[in-house]
Amino acid sequence: MNPILKIILQRLGLGLLTLVAVSAVIFSAIQMLPGDFASAILGQSATPETVKAFQHQIGLDKPALERYWDWIDGVAHGDFGYSFSSAGSLGGGHDRPVAGLIAPRLKNTLILASIAASVAVPLALIIGILAALYRDSFFDRFINSFSLAWISFPEFFIAYILMLFLSVKYQLLPSLASVSEDSGIGDYLRACALPAMTLVLVTLAHMMRMTRTALVNLMSTPYIEMARLKGASRWRLICLHALPNAWAPIANVIALNLAYLIVGVVIVENVFVYPGIGQLMVSAVASRDIPVVQACALIFAATYILFNLTADIVGIVTNPKLLHRR
Amino acid sequence: MTAQEDAVLMQKTPSSAANRRRRFWRHLSKAPISAWIGIVIVLAYMFVALFAPWIAPHGETEVVGGQYDPWGEQFLLGTDQLGRDMLSRMIYGARNTISVALMTTSIAFIIGTGLGLLAATVGGWIDQLLSRIVDVIMAIPQLIFALLLLSIFGTSIISLVLIIAVLDSTRLFRVSRSVALNVTVLDFVEAARLQGEGTLWIMTREILPNILAPIIAEFGMRFCFVFLTIAALSFLGLGIQPPTADWGSMVRENATLINYSDITPLLPAGAIALLTIGVNFIVDWFLHITSGLKE
Amino acid sequence: MRKPEFNDAGPLLEVRDLKIEGQSDDRWHDIVKGVSFDLQRGEVLGLIGESGAGKSTIGLASMGYVRAGCRIKGGSIRYRGVDLVTAGDSEKRSIWGAEVAYVAQSAAAAFNPAHRLMEQCEEPSVIHGEGNKERRLQDKIISLFKRLSLPSPETIGERYPHQLSGGQLQRVMTAMAMSCHPGLLVFDEPTTALDVTTQIEVLATIKQIVRDFGVAAIYITHDLAVVSQVADRIIVLRYGEVVEEAATTTMLTSPQAAYTRSLWAVRKLDKKEDPTSDVVLRIKNVNAGYGKALKVLNNISLDVARGRTVAIVGESGSGKSTLARTIMGLQPAFSGSLEFDGAALPLHFKKRSALLHRRIQMIYQSPDTALNPRRRVSDILSRPLKRHLGMGAEARRRRVAELMSMVELNERLLERLPSELSGGEKQRVCIARALAVEPELIICDEVTSALDQIVAEGVLKLLLRLQQQIGITYLFITHDLATVKAISDWIVVMHRGEIMEQGPKSKILTPPRHPYTELLFSSMPEMDPTWLPRVLQERQAGIANRP
Repeated sequence: MNPILKIILQRLGLGLLTLVAVSAVIFSAIQMLPGDFASAILGQSATPETVKAFQHQIGLDKPALERYWDWIDGVAHGDFGYSFSSAGSLGGGHDRPVAGLIAPRLKNTLILASIAASVAVPLALIIGILAALYRDSFFDRFINSFSLAWISFPEFFIAYILMLFLSVKYQLLPSLASVSEDSGIGDYLRACALPAMTLVLVTLAHMMRMTRTALVNLMSTPYIEMARLKGASRWRLICLHALPNAWAPIANVIALNLAYLIVGVVIVENVFVYPGIGQLMVSAVASRDIPVVQACALIFAATYILFNLTADIVGIVTNPKLLHRR
Repeated sequence: MTAQEDAVLMQKTPSSAANRRRRFWRHLSKAPISAWIGIVIVLAYMFVALFAPWIAPHGETEVVGGQYDPWGEQFLLGTDQLGRDMLSRMIYGARNTISVALMTTSIAFIIGTGLGLLAATVGGWIDQLLSRIVDVIMAIPQLIFALLLLSIFGTSIISLVLIIAVLDSTRLFRVSRSVALNVTVLDFVEAARLQGEGTLWIMTREILPNILAPIIAEFGMRFCFVFLTIAALSFLGLGIQPPTADWGSMVRENATLINYSDITPLLPAGAIALLTIGVNFIVDWFLHITSGLKE
Repeated sequence: MRKPEFNDAGPLLEVRDLKIEGQSDDRWHDIVKGVSFDLQRGEVLGLIGESGAGKSTIGLASMGYVRAGCRIKGGSIRYRGVDLVTAGDSEKRSIWGAEVAYVAQSAAAAFNPAHRLMEQCEEPSVIHGEGNKERRLQDKIISLFKRLSLPSPETIGERYPHQLSGGQLQRVMTAMAMSCHPGLLVFDEPTTALDVTTQIEVLATIKQIVRDFGVAAIYITHDLAVVSQVADRIIVLRYGEVVEEAATTTMLTSPQAAYTRSLWAVRKLDKKEDPTSDVVLRIKNVNAGYGKALKVLNNISLDVARGRTVAIVGESGSGKSTLARTIMGLQPAFSGSLEFDGAALPLHFKKRSALLHRRIQMIYQSPDTALNPRRRVSDILSRPLKRHLGMGAEARRRRVAELMSMVELNERLLERLPSELSGGEKQRVCIARALAVEPELIICDEVTSALDQIVAEGVLKLLLRLQQQIGITYLFITHDLATVKAISDWIVVMHRGEIMEQGPKSKILTPPRHPYTELLFSSMPEMDPTWLPRVLQERQAGIANRP
C-alpha cells in the first residue's frame, strides 16, 4: 500500500480513537453527579416517586457501560437524548430532544464562524508573511508589540468596545444579533457583523504572530542562506524556497487558531445574544441541563479534533521526505 | 564552538554571585520600553492587590449610594447596579481575581511540571500513560471542558480553582516534558545514571536547573491564560460568584450601561487587559534574553 | 541586478586589513583582527586554523557576505577590483552564484528538501539570466555530474536531497557551484562531516575539477593533511589573525612560526607498544542490536589486557559506539558474555553492583554535553566521592584538589561553571570525574574527536601519563589514524558491526593486512602533497580490494 496512504489512515484511526476516548470522558462526567442532583433539578417539592422516575428517565439506574453504549448509539444516529428541561415542571411534560435544540443553533454558529474565519485567515497570513519578510523593521516591531497587546485583551472587552462605538454611538449595526428560522442572508450578515468582527480581531493577533514565527524559523534554515549565496532575491527566497516548506507549519497555525475561534464563539455569542451553540451551552451549564451540555461539548471536541487531524494530514502530504522515498 | 564563543571565552570571568548580579542589572538597563511598561504595570497591580483594604475608600459589598450613580466627586467611578462604590470594588476585584488566578496557576504548575519531568526522566509506560491521558484531555478545548465540569460540580471557588488547575496542568505537562526530553538525551544525564543516581536526583538536580528558563516563561504565559479564562467564566456567570468583587462578573453586572454610552463596564475589562499586557511584555522580554544567551 | 564594473588589473581577490566583529550577549567582540592576503586566478589557497580562528567568517567575507550577528568593522575586500565591503546589495547579489560560489560544510542542510536536485543546480544559471536554453543548461549540469563521478549522472538530478548520501550530496553541491563557471569557489570544510573512505573520493573530485576549470578556490579546513592535498598556498590562522603564509611544500618542510610548528608536531605522537599482560575484560561472542534482524554487533570477541590500551577503529555505522554502550550495559547484548577480572559481568547495567559501576567508567565525545551546565566543577567532582566512596567533606576537598592536579587543571577553575571553561578544560574535568572513583577500566568514546588538534594532543598525553602512573586500562574508540598510532597497544578494526581484524599495533599498522583495514588506513590523508595522487593510482591499479 502506498506509504503515505498508510500514514494517513493511521492518523485517521488515531483521531477516531481520540474521539471515542473523549466521548467516554464527557459521558463519564455524569457519573460524578452529586447525589442530590435530581432534587436540585426538580425542585425542593419533588416527591420521591418523581425523583425516582426522573432518575429512571435519564437512565441512572442502568449500568454505566450500557448507558454509554446507548448514548453513543444514539449520537451516531443523530439522537442526543432528551434535555433535562423536559423533565418535571420545566418543560411542561413535553419531551424536548436535544438534537432538536442543537440543530438550528449549530447552523447559526457555523455561519458566524465561517464568516469570521474567511476574513481572519487570509488577513493574518498576509500580515504575518509581511512581518517576517520585513523582519526587525519598524513595521515588524510595531506589529509585534501591537499584537502582543492585542492577544491580552479578553474577548468581551473587544466585543463591548465594538458595541459601544459601532452600535451605540454611531448606530451602524445592531447590538443584539437576532436571527430566526426565516432570516435571509442579508439579515444574517447584519446580525453577524459585530460578533464576526470581534472574533476576527481576537484570532487575528494570535494567527499573525504564529505565522510570523513559523516563517522566521523557516528563513533562518541553512538552505535559505545557500539560496541567498546563489544570488536569489528576497522574493525568490520567500516564494520558491520558503513557501513550499511552509505548508505544514502554516496548516498547524490555522488549525490551532480555528480551534481558538470556536471557543471564542462561546463568549461572543453571549455578549451579542446570538442564538448559536455557544450561548446554548452556557445557559445549559447555568441550568445544569446535562444532556445538552454533553452534546455541545461533544460537538466542540469533535470539531477541534477534526481541525488538528486536517493540519496533521496537510503536514504529512506536503512532506517531501515522505512523498519521495529513498 | 563558534568563533564568537571562543573569543568571548577569553574574556569571561567566573560566575560568582557578584558577577551574576552585575549581568542582571545590565540586562535590566538594556530592556526595551515594553518590558519597563510591563514591570511598572505588574508592580502597580501587586501593590493594589496587597494593600486593597487600606486603599479602597469603601467596603467591598457596602451599599453607599443609589443605583448607577454617575462619576462624581463622592464616588470617583460611580456606583454599580446595587449602589456599591465602583472604585472600591475595582480595587478589591484586583485582590480577588489576581489571587485566585495566581493560586490556580501555581497548582497547575506544580502538577504539570512535576508530572512532565517525571514522564521525561523515567520514560517507558509511565510516560506513555500520562501522555495519552493528557492527549485526551487536551482534545477538548479548555473552556468547553471547564464548562462541562462546572455544570457537574457546581461553581464554588474550590471547584473553579481545581478544575482549571487540572485542565491547565496539561499544557504545562506538554511543555515541561518537551524541554526536559531535550535535556535527557544529553550525555551528562546518562553519566549521572551511570553514577547510580536515582530518578528524583536526576529530575531535580540534573534536569530541572537546565529547563528553568522556558518553564518560568511558561508560568507567566499560563498565568495570563488562566487569568483570562477565570475572567471569562465569571463574565458568563459561572466563575467567581457575587457578592465577591471580581472584574469579570463586574463587567456583566454593569453591561447595560453600554447602551447609554457609559464606559464604566469597560473599566474592569480594561483592567484585565492591562495586567495581561504587562505580564505578556515581561515574558516576551524574558524569552528574548534567555534565547539570546543560548546562542 | 546590476553587475558591477570589474577591473582585472590586479589579483583576483585582494583582502586588506579585514576586521570583522561578532555580537554575543549584547556585546561586540573581534573575530577577525586585520587579515590581509591575495589570491591569483586559478590558485588554490588553504585557510587552516583551529575552531574560533575565524576561517569560516573570512571565507564567507571573501564573497562579501557576513552572517547575522556579525559585521565588517574595517578593511577592504576587492574581487576583480570591486570592493565588496562598500558594494550595494544588488551588486553583491549579481556576483553571488555567478562570479563567486560557496560550497557549504553540510550538504544535507544546504539543499531545499522540497525541490529536486536538478532544479536547485540549475538555479544559479536561472537567477543570473543564463537559463534561456533549458535543454543545454540541463546537459551542462549533467556533464558536471559526470566529471564529479556521480552515479547515474543522467537521472540523479531527478532525485530529492534526502535520497542521496552525504558524499554524493557534497559533489552535487560542487556541481551546483560550478554551474555558472565562477572565478572563485569557497569550500567551507567540505569533507569534515564525511567518513574517511568517502572523503578521499570527494577530495579527489574537487581537486580534479578545480584544475580542469582553472578556477581559483579558497579551501577552509582544520585538517592539515587534507589541506596539503589540495592547496597551492596555505595561510595559518589563529584567533582571527594570520600567523604564517607560505607555499604548501615550503610550509610542510620548514614552518617558521612556533604555532605552525606545534600544529605539525601533533601527528608525531607514537606510543611504544607494551607486551600483553593479564586480561581484565573479556568479550565473548557478543551480539547486540534491536533483534536478530537489526543486529548492530555481530559475534564480537575481544580481550582487553590490564594496563594497556585497546583502540577500536571504524567509520560511522561500524558499531564501535554501540560496543562501548554494550560493555557499559546501557545497550545490553542479547547473546554472548562479558567477563570482568575473571568474574561474569552482568549484561544489564541495572544488574551490576555499585562496586562494578565504580570499576568501569566512561568518558564521552562531546565535553559540551557531558557536563551539567548548571553545576560547578567542584560539585561535579565531589558528588561521586560522596556517593560511591562515602567521603566526608574534608576528605572530599583534598581528593578533588588531587584530581585537579592529576588532570593538570588549576584549582581556581573549581568554582567555574562548564560554560566558563574551554573544550580542553572541560574534557579534563570529564577525565577527572571518571578518575574520582578509582576505576580500573575507562572507556573513551571518541574523546578527542571534538577537540582541536593541539588540545587533543594534550589530552592524549595526559591519558598516557595517567596510564603509566596508575595502570588504568583504556578502551579507546576513535576513527582517527593519528590517534590510534599515538595511544594504542592493540588495535581492533570494525566495519558494519563485525571485527575485520585485530592484533598488536605493530602488526596492524604494517602490511600485509585485511583488505578493509588496508582501505581504511590508506584513506586517512597524510601530510604529503603527493599522497593523494599516489593512493588513487594504487587503487586504480587494483591493489586494494573494496569490500
